[in-house]
Amino acid sequence: MSGPSTYKPTSAFGKWMHERLPIYALVKESALDFPTPKNLNYFWTFGGILALMMVAQIVTGIVLVMHYTPHVDFAFASKEHIIRNVNYGWMIQKFHEVGASMFFIAVYIHMFRGMYYGSYKAPREVLWMIGVIIYLLMMATAFMGYVLPWGQMSFWGAKVITNLFSASPFVGESVTTWLWGGYSVDNPTLNRFFSLHYLLPFVLAGVVGLHIWALHVPGNNNPTGVSVKSGQDTVPFHPYYTYKDAFAIVVFLLFFCFFVFYRPDYLGHAINYEKANPLVTPPHIVPEWYYLPFYAILRSIPSKLGGVIAMFGSILILFVLPWLDTSRVRSGNYRPIFKGFFVVFAIVCVALGYLGSKPAEGAYVVWSRILTAYYFIHFLFILPMLGLFENTKPLPASIADDVLSKNNQYNLQPAE
Amino acid sequence: MKTLKAIALAGLAFGLVPHLALAAEGQKPAKPIAFSFEGAFGKFDRAQLQRGYKVYKEVCSNCHSMQLLSFRNLEEGEIFSEEQVKALAATFTVKDGPDASGEMFERPGLPSDRFPSPFANEETARAANGGAYPPDMSLITKSRPGWYGTFNQFWYGIGGPQYVYSVLTGYEEPSAELAKEQPEGKYYNPYFGSGHWIGMGAPLSDGQVTFDDGAPNTVDDMARDVATFLAFAAEPHMESRKSTGFMVLIYLAVLSVLLYFVKKKVWADVH
Repeated sequence: MSGPSTYKPTSAFGKWMHERLPIYALVKESALDFPTPKNLNYFWTFGGILALMMVAQIVTGIVLVMHYTPHVDFAFASKEHIIRNVNYGWMIQKFHEVGASMFFIAVYIHMFRGMYYGSYKAPREVLWMIGVIIYLLMMATAFMGYVLPWGQMSFWGAKVITNLFSASPFVGESVTTWLWGGYSVDNPTLNRFFSLHYLLPFVLAGVVGLHIWALHVPGNNNPTGVSVKSGQDTVPFHPYYTYKDAFAIVVFLLFFCFFVFYRPDYLGHAINYEKANPLVTPPHIVPEWYYLPFYAILRSIPSKLGGVIAMFGSILILFVLPWLDTSRVRSGNYRPIFKGFFVVFAIVCVALGYLGSKPAEGAYVVWSRILTAYYFIHFLFILPMLGLFENTKPLPASIADDVLSKNNQYNLQPAE
Repeated sequence: MKTLKAIALAGLAFGLVPHLALAAEGQKPAKPIAFSFEGAFGKFDRAQLQRGYKVYKEVCSNCHSMQLLSFRNLEEGEIFSEEQVKALAATFTVKDGPDASGEMFERPGLPSDRFPSPFANEETARAANGGAYPPDMSLITKSRPGWYGTFNQFWYGIGGPQYVYSVLTGYEEPSAELAKEQPEGKYYNPYFGSGHWIGMGAPLSDGQVTFDDGAPNTVDDMARDVATFLAFAAEPHMESRKSTGFMVLIYLAVLSVLLYFVKKKVWADVH
């Protein structure tokens, strides 16, 4: 995608087309021949997995909409109608529902990979920031999708989350009323969530296009973090990474399908099989697992407004991560101290998720506060300081050098 | 790389751990009895489904609706034959209409009809049941976990059928201390999900329903049978889910092995 095209069509039709719409040249240069570092490990396959998950969610979602009724009196029954009466509806509905969780599992691995290998550092800051926008869009889309079946947790989750906006100073109450389209979570709320749940995935797809564009300008980062220096360092995307990604995707699908077919309800909440009832509050209102760390941060701050600011801040801080990390070495493989802090940070995120699932009382609150503080300290203090004081290991001269030295180390004979 | 791998595994394990939802205070975990339909290849026992249906029809359906099920589901689930379902549906009276003169009328049920509800609306149901609302039975084994805990629910499922069985067989005399706070018209049941006082009196007694196949009809047997039937009601396609899933996983497993070797071959000349 950078520089003028060097592609020369050979057939007569190819020439005719190339002068009018050089689409084959685009595909060939940005997808087939695209030079890709040859040392990418399997953590780099999650980009492809995510692309597949996005398409799968859109396709299953479009089919579900054909049978779903967005109305408080019929939504719950129409979901069950899909499961019980639509041909293969039970499978399509579960692919969509479990697919949301799988999408988040993949995106979290993708994000932690980026954090470990410093994929957000120059010249990939914009690529990373677009990624954060994608993540925010995913969260909004998943939240609104979860409301659509109109089960108990759908309703009460929507109520708790939209209520957060009432914390905004001065305009709080009117903002929630505006979001709800009335004075409580009701039919207008369900209808607008349905509308937006259909719209946002296509916005997301557009932003994913930008993400891929922003990837193709600097090219892929790689496990050494060392920039590509010559053709020795890269292989064409096809067939090398098309096959590697295809293999990873099928393995991921195995994992995905195990849940769809053998543990279809495990990732959800049992109480969402009960129709929404505004008069009966469930004993524990808990968001879906992928929001739990942020839910813990929200509840750790004693003031409502403070909690909301901390929660949104914990995501928005990712936007400035490229400038908070002052180290010039990208890959965590060459940063011994960073590596330790990265592990601690990952454990803190998981622990916050655990705390988010627990009631906000006693020791859970204390731990939520400590870990929330650590979450921000990691970004605002540890990362900036590490770059100044850490002694990093020597970097390999090039990707090719690194690959060769590893092959020699394991005494591998180059294949013929 | 090793670090990242370990973290990925930990994260993955956590991804599988979402519901750490909590049991209502004082609720006992359901009795861990086994059902024929559990496991990767488990199937419903048809005779048991027939008995369970009979228990539902003669006992539960007096108060509990089952709105998401149609009579035809009993045929689709191979519980009864087409003729049997037609005859069975016809024993119900269904409200239909309006007819040409604008009047509602009653007619015998058809296989395509939903199961009629015992009460016209929630208010009538509450009035007839001392203020308590008998919940709809269509999804009861999916909406009521028998036990909690991330790993328990992963290995043993959510225990919905066990929950139904445990509530039906779990009525006890409350301890002297608890009896002091017994609400008017409530019964003690430590397995009940919303806090051990239940509005429904013990619905089953030994020998209450006579089975055509002469199977034993103790409270324990009938509770197992009806829990099985309700598991079917909650997920009529469960057997095809498992058999399709098995084929899908085999297909993907073979495909992944093939792709692994293709990938290996493609990469063989890179060094």
